[in-house]
Amino acid sequence: MNSLNFLKSNKQNFYYFLYLGLFLFSISILDVAINAFLKINITSFLPGILSIFLPLVLGFVGLNFIRTEYSGIKSLDIINKNINTNNFNAILTLLIIFAIIKATPPSLSWMIFDANISGDTKEACTGTGACWTYVKVWFRRFMYGMYPNDLHWRINLAFILVIALGFFGFFLRDNLKKYLALYYVIIYPIIAFLVIYYLISGGSFGLVWVETGAWGGLSLTFIVSFFCLIFCFPLGMVLALGRRSSLPMIRYISIGYIEFWRGVPLITVLFMSSVMFPMFLPEDFFMDKLVRVIIAITLFEGAYCAEVIRGGLQALPRGQYDAAKSLGMGYWKMHIFVILPQALKLVIPGICNTFLALVKDTPLIFVVGLAELAGMLALAKTNPKWLGFAMEGYIFAAIIFWIICYAMSKYSYNLEAKYKTER
Amino acid sequence: MSEPIIKIENVNKWFGDFQVLKDINLDVSAKQKIVVCGPSGSGKSTLIRCINRLEEHQKGTIIVDGTELSENTKNIEQVRAEVGMVFQQFNLFPHLSILDNCTLAPIWVKKMAKKEAQELAMKQLEQVQIADQANKFPGQLSGGQQQRSAIARALCMQPKIMLFDEPTSALDPEMIKEVLDAMVNLAKGGMTMIVVTHEMGFAKEVADEVIFMDEGMIVEKAETKEFFANPKSDRTKLFLSQIL
Repeated sequence: MNSLNFLKSNKQNFYYFLYLGLFLFSISILDVAINAFLKINITSFLPGILSIFLPLVLGFVGLNFIRTEYSGIKSLDIINKNINTNNFNAILTLLIIFAIIKATPPSLSWMIFDANISGDTKEACTGTGACWTYVKVWFRRFMYGMYPNDLHWRINLAFILVIALGFFGFFLRDNLKKYLALYYVIIYPIIAFLVIYYLISGGSFGLVWVETGAWGGLSLTFIVSFFCLIFCFPLGMVLALGRRSSLPMIRYISIGYIEFWRGVPLITVLFMSSVMFPMFLPEDFFMDKLVRVIIAITLFEGAYCAEVIRGGLQALPRGQYDAAKSLGMGYWKMHIFVILPQALKLVIPGICNTFLALVKDTPLIFVVGLAELAGMLALAKTNPKWLGFAMEGYIFAAIIFWIICYAMSKYSYNLEAKYKTER
Repeated sequence: MSEPIIKIENVNKWFGDFQVLKDINLDVSAKQKIVVCGPSGSGKSTLIRCINRLEEHQKGTIIVDGTELSENTKNIEQVRAEVGMVFQQFNLFPHLSILDNCTLAPIWVKKMAKKEAQELAMKQLEQVQIADQANKFPGQLSGGQQQRSAIARALCMQPKIMLFDEPTSALDPEMIKEVLDAMVNLAKGGMTMIVVTHEMGFAKEVADEVIFMDEGMIVEKAETKEFFANPKSDRTKLFLSQIL
């Protein structure tokens, strides 16, 4: 029995084991950290293979000593419960910690310590790290594409106006609140379209016309995402209701539509919209490429939205329909007041998912020659003066996309919490 | 007896190949209270769901207050506005407060002014003694309170007829009484009621007539006292012996 006690803690020697375990664990972390940050191998006196595995062994023994069923010490219990439940998990934990420590110094030095940001030319980048000068010099292009430099204020102003109009709904008086849905579904998109059309396109009010081919960068990402999001949601709602309609004609049209658009890849749809579609139009009829692309993405994503919303409709118990009908509500009243408010609440996570995918699909419009953020990167990296900095550009774009998408998903969590009801 | 308010003639209904209702004939006159009982699967719920056309019958005619139920949606909505229904699962709208549950249909279906609808709703909620819960949401109430709210909601449409589809079957025993009390009050107020229930005590207290259904047919239809005192068919006797 005594020999067993030596390997496993009990009540008497609990703290002895705890301190010993923590000591061994810290030693192992410290060893890896010193190795990674200072490039000093303090265990170099040991034979090769042992030197590599020593931190793992020490950490493993340490975690093994620490592990108890229940200690009463809060932070210790949290560690034991989450990362140290058994030997296998302890090893996984150690390996992950080591990997993070090992990866930190090189990425930090590449991104920050050895990086360059000063200067205006490629020659300014002398360090071994990242060349943020490249991003700095190209920043305006990444944001506004080929839009003339002195007209950037028009894009900024348009976005500020559109955002302000978006918040406008929150300040409506109570007796106007019932028109809120109408405002957001119909009036707002129209106003936003007009603002963007007159300010960014120009051509009237003394503003110079800038053709859509010159639009680009992050602002184009926003424009495309914004209109696609706004239009694909109502479209999806109509299709979802249509698919559950009792009228066979409407049902089959909806099913056909949804299955068609879900069956084709977005990239072919975009090609069709720019190459095939104009052939079917009368010759004197012109539709801008950007508009065609927005319509194509909207039609495409609408089918996905429809299926997500249908999921929410199906999740509602039949009793809700029965109750609404028994009170004399017709199809539209029932859906507007009873069914959709509940169903849409249920599908917030799914809709958010679809919307995130949509935003991240916008770079595909590069195939028809519209260069939004990722497209601008692809153009910039082939510029002969700036060859070899693709990595910095893509990291920059990744960070921006991540911020956008993270903000959207955070917002969807907020909505979920706001509209949560008990059943 | 005056002209019946509900007239059901030779009604047949199938779910696929399975016949749920077989040649149902039933007349209900105004202010009459009828209790429908029978084993599960006997078609009693389906029958009362046919009366406001939550289910459609395939053969026969159903006339409610002079309006025949047919494909004509206008007729259906008119009938539904006159016929209130209370469900086994309450079916309150969980995203609306109790008060909004009660005012939704009067405002949007009957085009009542909001204030008027709220006054009416508060009156009905007082009737079932939950006026103090008016601003809570259904999820915050007990089963009995929810069912009473559902009764108030149906009454806010000021219906001529009330249908109850096993209103107490989903409730804890101690809550059954509060709901039955509300229904007894309603009956005393002179409402025409058709109640599907297994609460024989309620039937004895309130019902004018009791109908026993089995396998989609009305097996026995008799005045309440007669029904319990000397049931005619063996099937009814067996059922009563098991339930009482």
